[in-house]
Amino acid sequence: MSQQPVVFTRRSFLEGLNLSVGGLALGLVPTVSAEAAVPGVKSAPELRPNVFVHVAADGLVTIVCHRSEMGQGIRSSMPVVIADELGADMARVKVVQAVGDAVYGDQNTDGSSSIRGVFQELRRTGATARTMLVAAAAKRWKVKPAQCEAREHAVYLRDGQRSLGFGELVADAVKLPVPKAEAVQLRPLTELRRVGTELPLLDGPAYVTGKAVFGADVKLPGMLIAVVARPPVVGGRVVRFDATRALAVPGVKQVLELPAPHRPYLFQGWGGVAVLAENTWAAMRGRQALDIIWENGPNESYDSEKYRLALLESVRAPGKPARSVGDVDKALASAARVVEAEYYAPHLSHAPMEPPVALARVAGGVCEVWAPTQHPQAARTEAAKMAGLAEDKVTVNVTLLGGGFGRKSKADFVAEAVFLAKTAGVPVRVQWTREDDIRHDYYHSASAQKLSAGLDAQGKPTAWLHRTAFPAIRSTFSEDVTGPVARDLNQGVLDLALDIPNVRAEMGEALAKVRIGWLRSVNNIFHGYAVGSFMDELAHARGVDPRDNLLEVIGPARKVSVAELGVTTLPNYGAPVEAHPVDAGRLRRVIERVTEMSGWSERAKNGRTLGLAAHRSFLSYVGVVVSMTKDAVGKARVDEAWVVVDAGLVVNPDRVRAQMEGSIIFGMSLAMYGSITMKEGATEQSNFRDYRLVRIAEAPKAIHVDIVRSEEAPGGVGEPGVPPVAPAIVNALFALTGVRVRELPIIRTVPV
Amino acid sequence: MSIRVRVNGVEQELDVDPEMPLLWALRDVLGLTGTKYGCGQALCGACSVHLDGQVVRACVTPIRRADGREVTTIEGLSPDGGHPLQRAWVELGVPQCGFCQSGQLMCAAALLAKKPQPTDADIDQSLAGNLCRCGTYTRIRAAVKKAAGVPDSK
Repeated sequence: MSQQPVVFTRRSFLEGLNLSVGGLALGLVPTVSAEAAVPGVKSAPELRPNVFVHVAADGLVTIVCHRSEMGQGIRSSMPVVIADELGADMARVKVVQAVGDAVYGDQNTDGSSSIRGVFQELRRTGATARTMLVAAAAKRWKVKPAQCEAREHAVYLRDGQRSLGFGELVADAVKLPVPKAEAVQLRPLTELRRVGTELPLLDGPAYVTGKAVFGADVKLPGMLIAVVARPPVVGGRVVRFDATRALAVPGVKQVLELPAPHRPYLFQGWGGVAVLAENTWAAMRGRQALDIIWENGPNESYDSEKYRLALLESVRAPGKPARSVGDVDKALASAARVVEAEYYAPHLSHAPMEPPVALARVAGGVCEVWAPTQHPQAARTEAAKMAGLAEDKVTVNVTLLGGGFGRKSKADFVAEAVFLAKTAGVPVRVQWTREDDIRHDYYHSASAQKLSAGLDAQGKPTAWLHRTAFPAIRSTFSEDVTGPVARDLNQGVLDLALDIPNVRAEMGEALAKVRIGWLRSVNNIFHGYAVGSFMDELAHARGVDPRDNLLEVIGPARKVSVAELGVTTLPNYGAPVEAHPVDAGRLRRVIERVTEMSGWSERAKNGRTLGLAAHRSFLSYVGVVVSMTKDAVGKARVDEAWVVVDAGLVVNPDRVRAQMEGSIIFGMSLAMYGSITMKEGATEQSNFRDYRLVRIAEAPKAIHVDIVRSEEAPGGVGEPGVPPVAPAIVNALFALTGVRVRELPIIRTVPV
Repeated sequence: MSIRVRVNGVEQELDVDPEMPLLWALRDVLGLTGTKYGCGQALCGACSVHLDGQVVRACVTPIRRADGREVTTIEGLSPDGGHPLQRAWVELGVPQCGFCQSGQLMCAAALLAKKPQPTDADIDQSLAGNLCRCGTYTRIRAAVKKAAGVPDSK
């Protein structure tokens, strides 16, 4: 083990990521083709039917992972799909992380989109290479390709007498034309040998030895570390500053002002003054010594408590309709009884364990970036803008991400690093402190909702009215956004299966006063919370078991048409409704299974207080039950949790289980403690002391996860576990204490 | 001021600000990047290392306090990643993003050194200062017990 300072060149950086750095691997990456010409590396022929898979003459298969690894295990999952289609032995596969390049298609690792979005396309990349290797073998043996099969890193003649290793076929295969997509046949699912089985965690050994390379772990010769004093209020600016005291701190080399952003904020930096130093500590001390006069700008008026009241007012009045069937007003007017409730959920911060960080070098007419980015192509675009270079002169290397949750889809921190590197004339790593992260986030929307249900004389629901108001994510990207539009309600409002004849959803106005961003499961967080809570309220109002009520309100197993939903179109997470319908049957099934697993029907007999919720999001269906108890000092705690997930076809069940376990903890943090508030435009929280997250002692004693076996098209996994958690907890808490929590976080109302 | 400290068995002489936190001396000066910055205020445990065998949060420990002492980081926990905790962590697929795990492992290792057969309560207490935003806590408990050879009832 080296005790010397580690200086990462590009090649050793890749080694640190546990990646192959032969010329073969680098040669796959178009933007660094110059580096492929490492002397003595590239001589034998190599099969490169596409940018994702590559077979070398020695049999080594290189597979590119074009999505970012942030804990979801994508590097342990995606390459397996390609390898299975190819028939490769994973022991002879190297996984290489892609740089940001449109040649890979969409690389934005958000929206729980990786597997669900490109499962078929990925299979085709592997199948294309297989088709060429099989064709080469068939030609050699003078047989039809159909008589050959590829498995275990070789092509076999079906008579079992002959076989040729992949490497032995490369020289012939490279002479063949790359077949057109339609000429490539995918394997039947049963032939994908590892997909759906227990798969090893590719980066596990690197994580547990400290060798895994995250954003702040890359070092370049001559680089400086920058820590930035940013305006306390978004849209604020530096009036003037005095760097004298900062420059006097030993190790501080330069002090530079960053450009102030203009609305809309997009992925621009936040502005401010950067202190560049030889090490992080000096940069931090230098920042403390800056004397800066700020101008806060128009967002100074933002007070999140006043805003909460305004949002609640907004949902007390009719809004713009987004979904409508029947006549809700008439049905409510003639109802024997109306059940109503208002819900509020505050802003949240992403708080990934690794705060934003990026390293940039701008020299010799090119720009290189190393960053833990979920969105390497956006990072490339921002870097090019800042560097004043064409995008093809910019390389964005993607490190491992110490958590992302949507924060690292935004390229603002990359823009800062590139600006500073270019201005300072040396490589610069911009390091956000935790305080920077909590105070200058792209915050999850605060939201208010009002739900009303009309019941007939028999207690059967006849009307459902759902009003929601929240500042929309689009406000970060456009100036003229006054609140949500219908597509913002896709997440848990429009796609909610209801067996009720009169349904309407409305949206209220909400002007954004902070940068709004997407956080793991996005608008589903608050819609899932309100709908899941209201279902439970309805059950108690009707005197019906919450499980039975939920199944009744969702209605019978069916694929719910857009007409029944009362919409003209359903955004449906970018997927066609035909392939991914709103399937009430799948939602029912996760409810039935999770209540069975958790002993729901026997809960009274067993002396347990359970809460239930279920939610469709990102094309998957998740049911959650939590058990709550009171501890010795009267605090309510989640004692045990059960999750059933139907994500369609699953590639890596262990990572799906891990995502569900993590969703319980993530959901607990936001439900029990999560709250970001602003006064005079500035965020009041700053670190884990006042932005509290669940710790190990609060974790349930067990989280039981069951995955529905399915060959349906894959749905999302990273996010869908989160939305049902908060309502399940709130419902269990009602069962435990009789207190209904209609405002998150719970700790405002009940000790937890 | 020159500070002499033994890091993972290797004698180091550092010419740095004595107030510089051990974290930055490890990361920026010695290039040992396995120890992570997460909060800077001893609130998250990502920077946990051993100072003479005891867990400290390197982000709030001035390097002067390590003068003449022995520091162990994740890179020095075992020569080859073969510590029972590291093995259990990989076998049970504990890490998600992995960022907090070196701190979790260093705290768990200190616990096992003191108490080779820990209970859930011992684990919860020893790792109370280590945040994991991905939510790997239940697997962490299981992996500590696996490494310790304590049966897991769940």
